[in-house]
Amino acid sequence: MDATRQEPPSTRTTERQAWLAELALAPASALEAAWGALADQPGWRHLRQPELGLAMVRGRAGGTGQAFNLGEMTITRTTVELAEGTIGHGHVAGRNPRHAELVALFDALLQQPARQADLVARVIAPLAAARAAAVRTEQAATEATRVTFFTMVRGE
Amino acid sequence: MYVAVKGGERAIENAHRLLAEQRRGDPAVPELTLAQIENQLGLAVDRVMAEGSLYDRELAALAVRQAQGDLVEAVFLLRAFRTTLPRLAASRPVDTAAMRLRRRISAVFKDLPGGQVLGPTYDYTHRLLDFSLAQPTRADTPGPRRGAETAEPGTAAGHSPKVAELLAREGLIEPEVADDDAPVGDLTRDPLCFPAGRDLRLQALARGDEGFLLGLAYSTQRGYGKTHPFAGEIRMGAVAVEIVPEELGFAITVGEITLTECEMINQFKGSATEPAQFTRGYGLCFGQGERKAMAMALVDRALKGAALGEDSGGAPAADQEFVLMHADNVEAQGFVQHLKLPHHVDFQAELGLVRSLRAAASAGTEAEAEP
Repeated sequence: MDATRQEPPSTRTTERQAWLAELALAPASALEAAWGALADQPGWRHLRQPELGLAMVRGRAGGTGQAFNLGEMTITRTTVELAEGTIGHGHVAGRNPRHAELVALFDALLQQPARQADLVARVIAPLAAARAAAVRTEQAATEATRVTFFTMVRGE
Repeated sequence: MYVAVKGGERAIENAHRLLAEQRRGDPAVPELTLAQIENQLGLAVDRVMAEGSLYDRELAALAVRQAQGDLVEAVFLLRAFRTTLPRLAASRPVDTAAMRLRRRISAVFKDLPGGQVLGPTYDYTHRLLDFSLAQPTRADTPGPRRGAETAEPGTAAGHSPKVAELLAREGLIEPEVADDDAPVGDLTRDPLCFPAGRDLRLQALARGDEGFLLGLAYSTQRGYGKTHPFAGEIRMGAVAVEIVPEELGFAITVGEITLTECEMINQFKGSATEPAQFTRGYGLCFGQGERKAMAMALVDRALKGAALGEDSGGAPAADQEFVLMHADNVEAQGFVQHLKLPHHVDFQAELGLVRSLRAAASAGTEAEAEP
């Protein structure tokens, strides 16, 4: 869901929503590689240890009506604090604590004005490009099954 | 009544060992991996997630493997696991209109904005056993895809408007209006009471047994209830799940899940207060589960009959209590299978009763025959 669908309190929130979404949707291995490639890894500690739990997924009757509880999904969350004090949050689908940790670490780093532009270019943009490519592949396969039904004329 | 028993410890231990051996099967045959189950038995995984009411493909694959492919047992395993975890959040309602579509069809409009895409479907297959699949060494590639039939620039893959919304614009179908101030009922937290609201009914149906709902849905088509449905739209694809963590105060995406949605469009003649318009039945489930979503939509519509002033003639599918109390296969299998547990004391009491009744009856017969 794109972040523009709701009224964001500020552009800053929108940017943060965008990078948090990209980090959560990326495979943990890609984040691990990006973290490993950082020249100056900061010191950090957990403010909240990785925690496995559930999110109740809601739907709406008819897609637009009364909300209802569809079922749950596993999620993992954690909060980290960098040595210089920035706090980052990680919430990811599934049960990989390291994935949540990496999301939180990048979230903290991306909030630092000095590093943000560089990290967006070197980490977030490639993740977004990889995801877009995967979506294009999937959509091309789907598109090949587009169908046109013809109604046969009966009688006459 | 079940009375506690003791003993059997060694027998039970050995039975579990035997079960593990049977699960593994012939050691000469390679063991299945979870990735193989997730990928190659994906629809079994989807069904276990839907009825287990827990979206986690790897856990569902583990459950399928542990249950040796017994899907109801796998659903039970997943349900049991979920009780061990805290609920950290409730998502914002997913936006199925923004679904990244992998399939989208409508049986009511031939041409509709966004068009129709078949996606990976068993429809139009001949249901002939494909013996080439029995040969694992054969190349698995089904050959290159031919070009698309229509060159129409695809919007289906992007955002396609909902069919029901097209009718709603003209006021031809009952509106589905959100009331986000109303609390959302949760049958995993509070026992189901009747009459149950639509939110609880949809939750119960979404996790209900596919076979049970399919049978009920079929019964509505055969005349047990009058719902006259059309498959307005069926879509399957990925939606983003957003939660609003307290510490952030704004919505964030935590991941994507695959859902199948079915909107049934049903006849409605209108009433003293309502003009003639179409009514709706809604189905939504985890994963790729079209049969389930369609059955759910039919049963959802049948359950709305009373509110629309329809006389269902006592049709089972329109009876809330009948449908909702029996749709859950974990509850149903538990109560049916508990009959296997020792009922020795119970049965001894019954046995004694039958014996004394027979003795009394034969004594009476003798007494009558005597004079």
